[in-house]
Amino acid sequence: MPELLKVKNLTKNFPVEKNILDVLLAGRKRNFVHAVDNISFSIMEGEVLGLAGESGSGKSTTGRLILRLLEPTAGSIYYRGKNMVSIHRKEMEALRSKIQIVFQDPNSSLSPRMSVGDAIGHPLIIHNMGTREERKEKVLDLMGKIGLTPASFLYKKYPHQLSGGQSQRVVLARALITSPDFIVADEPIAMADVSVRALILELMKKLKAEFNLTYLFITHDLATAKYLCDRVAIMYLGRIVEIGTRDELFGNPHHPYTKALLAAVPVPEPKRRRTEEMPKGEIPSAIEPPSGCHFHPRCPYAMPRCSEAKPEMRSVSPDHYSACFLNE
Amino acid sequence: MNKPILEIKNLCIDYPISIGTVHAVEDVSIILNKGEVLGLVGESGCGKSTLGLSLLKLIRPPGKVSGGEILYRGKDVLKMSGSEMLKFRGQNIAMVFQNPLTSLNPLFKVKDQFLETIHYHKPEIKQEEAVRMSENILESLGIDKERMHDYPHQLSGGMRQRIMIGLGLIMQPDILVADEPTTSLDVIVEAGFIDLLNRLRERFNLTIILITHNLGLVAEIADRVVVMYGGRIMEVGSADNIFSRPLHPYTFGLINCIPNIELEQKELITMPGNPPDLVNPPPGCRFAPRCPKVMDICKEEVPEVKEYNGRKVACRLY
Repeated sequence: MPELLKVKNLTKNFPVEKNILDVLLAGRKRNFVHAVDNISFSIMEGEVLGLAGESGSGKSTTGRLILRLLEPTAGSIYYRGKNMVSIHRKEMEALRSKIQIVFQDPNSSLSPRMSVGDAIGHPLIIHNMGTREERKEKVLDLMGKIGLTPASFLYKKYPHQLSGGQSQRVVLARALITSPDFIVADEPIAMADVSVRALILELMKKLKAEFNLTYLFITHDLATAKYLCDRVAIMYLGRIVEIGTRDELFGNPHHPYTKALLAAVPVPEPKRRRTEEMPKGEIPSAIEPPSGCHFHPRCPYAMPRCSEAKPEMRSVSPDHYSACFLNE
Repeated sequence: MNKPILEIKNLCIDYPISIGTVHAVEDVSIILNKGEVLGLVGESGCGKSTLGLSLLKLIRPPGKVSGGEILYRGKDVLKMSGSEMLKFRGQNIAMVFQNPLTSLNPLFKVKDQFLETIHYHKPEIKQEEAVRMSENILESLGIDKERMHDYPHQLSGGMRQRIMIGLGLIMQPDILVADEPTTSLDVIVEAGFIDLLNRLRERFNLTIILITHNLGLVAEIADRVVVMYGGRIMEVGSADNIFSRPLHPYTFGLINCIPNIELEQKELITMPGNPPDLVNPPPGCRFAPRCPKVMDICKEEVPEVKEYNGRKVACRLY
C-alpha cells in the first residue's frame, strides 16, 4: 500500500495570553501550551489509523493541523508526497476537496439556517463543481447511499427537524460530497446515543469500502478504536507514546500508559471486574509538562532517568513502536 | 436482606408542553435494598434522570408527578412538606450530578461549601468540629486537606467530582443517587472513581443508585440493573443475568451495540430507528417499532412487567 499521509516532527504551541504590560515591562517570558510535541507517523492508503488518548493529549489539535485549520509551529505534513505546510493558502483550499474532517458535535457543525440539501451541496459550490442541476442530483444520490432516505423528503429539512443519527449522517455526507480520499474523523460518535453509535460506526465501515477512503479516527474510547482501526497511536500530553497495529497494540501493549488505559476501559461483563490499580492523579498541565518522559510522575515503573531524558521511539516488534526506557 | 429502604410504586411523571404531554416516566416500580448498588440504564430521553430527580422531589414545574408513590423506609417522600424535604435531602438521600463544575459554587472555597452544608443541617455543630468532619471526608476521598482552601476552578475534573461526592456524603445519607457521575471524566479517572465508590460503599454501608448510559460502568459496580426505554421499565435483574442472559430484545441490543474491548467483533448489532416520541408514544410496547422480534400484539397492548424465572421483564416473548 502506498503512503497517503506522512506527518513529520509536527509541533504546535499555543501562546498563553498574558497582559502585554507583563511582557514588555516586567519582561516575563511568554508561556506556551505544548499541544503537539514533535510527533511523526504515516497513514497508508485505505488504512484506518486511530489516534487515542485522554482529553488534553493533543489528538484533536493533530487532526486540525493536518487540514491546516491550525498552522503548525514546526514540522511537515506530506499528502501524497506533497508538503502541505509550505503550499499557498489557495492551493491548500483546493486540496481540501480531497481531505475532509468530521467533527464531534453534528449540531454545532451544521448551520441552523441551511437546509440539509444546501448544507451537503455547499462544498460543491465552494470547489466549483458542476451545474446547479448536477449538484442537486449528486447530493440526492449520496443521501441515498448514506441512508438519508427518503432523500427528496429530507433534502428540504432543517437541522432542528433531524434526529441525532440523521444529523451525523448529514455531516458525513457533506464531508464525502467532493469525493475525498482522506477523512479526519474527530470523535464522530462521542455525542451520539448508544444505539446511534453502532449505526454510525457500521456506516463508516461501509462507506470506507464503497468510496475507498482512508481514515484518521480520533477517539478517547479504546474499545471503539479496537473495533474500527487497523493501526492505533496512543497520545499523552502532546506526544505519541506508542503506535502499532491493532493486534499488537491491544494484544501486546508495551508502554505503561497504554497498559493503564487498556485496564481502565470498563468491560460490559460483570464477571470480569477490573482488579488492577489505576495510576494516581490526572493528566498534568501542558504549559509546563513534566521533564523527561511526560508520564513518569504517574508511572508505576518510573526510574530516575525517566525524569531526566525523553525516551525515543523504539521498535518493540515489527510495526510496533513505543517510547519507554523499559524497552532498551 | 430485610425491608427495602426505598420503594417506588407505579410512579408516573409528566411534563406538559405546548403540543401535548411528555410522559417522561410511566408506571415505574423499583425496590431498593439497603447496601446494594442499583444501575439505572437507558439512552437519553428514557426518563432515568427524571426518575432520579423525583426521589428528591426535585422535578421542576411544569413537570409533575402524576401518580404513584416513593416510600423511603415506609414514608411517602412525595407527601413531605418543603421544609421537611430540605432536611431530607442530604441527610437521607443525597444526589451527585453530572457536571461538577456547574454544581459547585465558583465563588466559595471548598471549605465554605462544606461548612454551609453542615451548618444548614446541624447548626449545633461547632465550626472546628465541622472543619474536622470535612477534612476527614476529603481524606477518605483521597484529597489533601490543604485543598479545602481552593476554589472549584483550581481543582481538576476528577477532584471536583470527588468534592461533589464528599458534599453528598457529609451528612451520612443512606442513599446516594449519582446521575452520570463520570461522563465528564477521562477513562483512567473514571476507573479510579469506580474504585472509590466501591470503597465508600463498604465503609459507609452506602446504598447507591447509579444512573448512566454507560453499560461498562454498570457492569463494573452494580449488583442489580434496571433497563429503561421510553419512560418505562423494560427489564430488571441481577447484573450477571442482565449482561450474560438478557431477556428483553432492547437489553440485548443495548449490550451488543457497543464495541467490547475484550472481544473480536466483526459487526455490531444495530437498532435501526429512533427512540420514541414521548408525547405520542407508540401504542403498545415502546420498543415495538425498533424490535427485531416484534409481533402483532406488541403494537397494540403495553406489556406489563412480569416475573419470569425469578427475573422481571416487560416483553410478550416471556
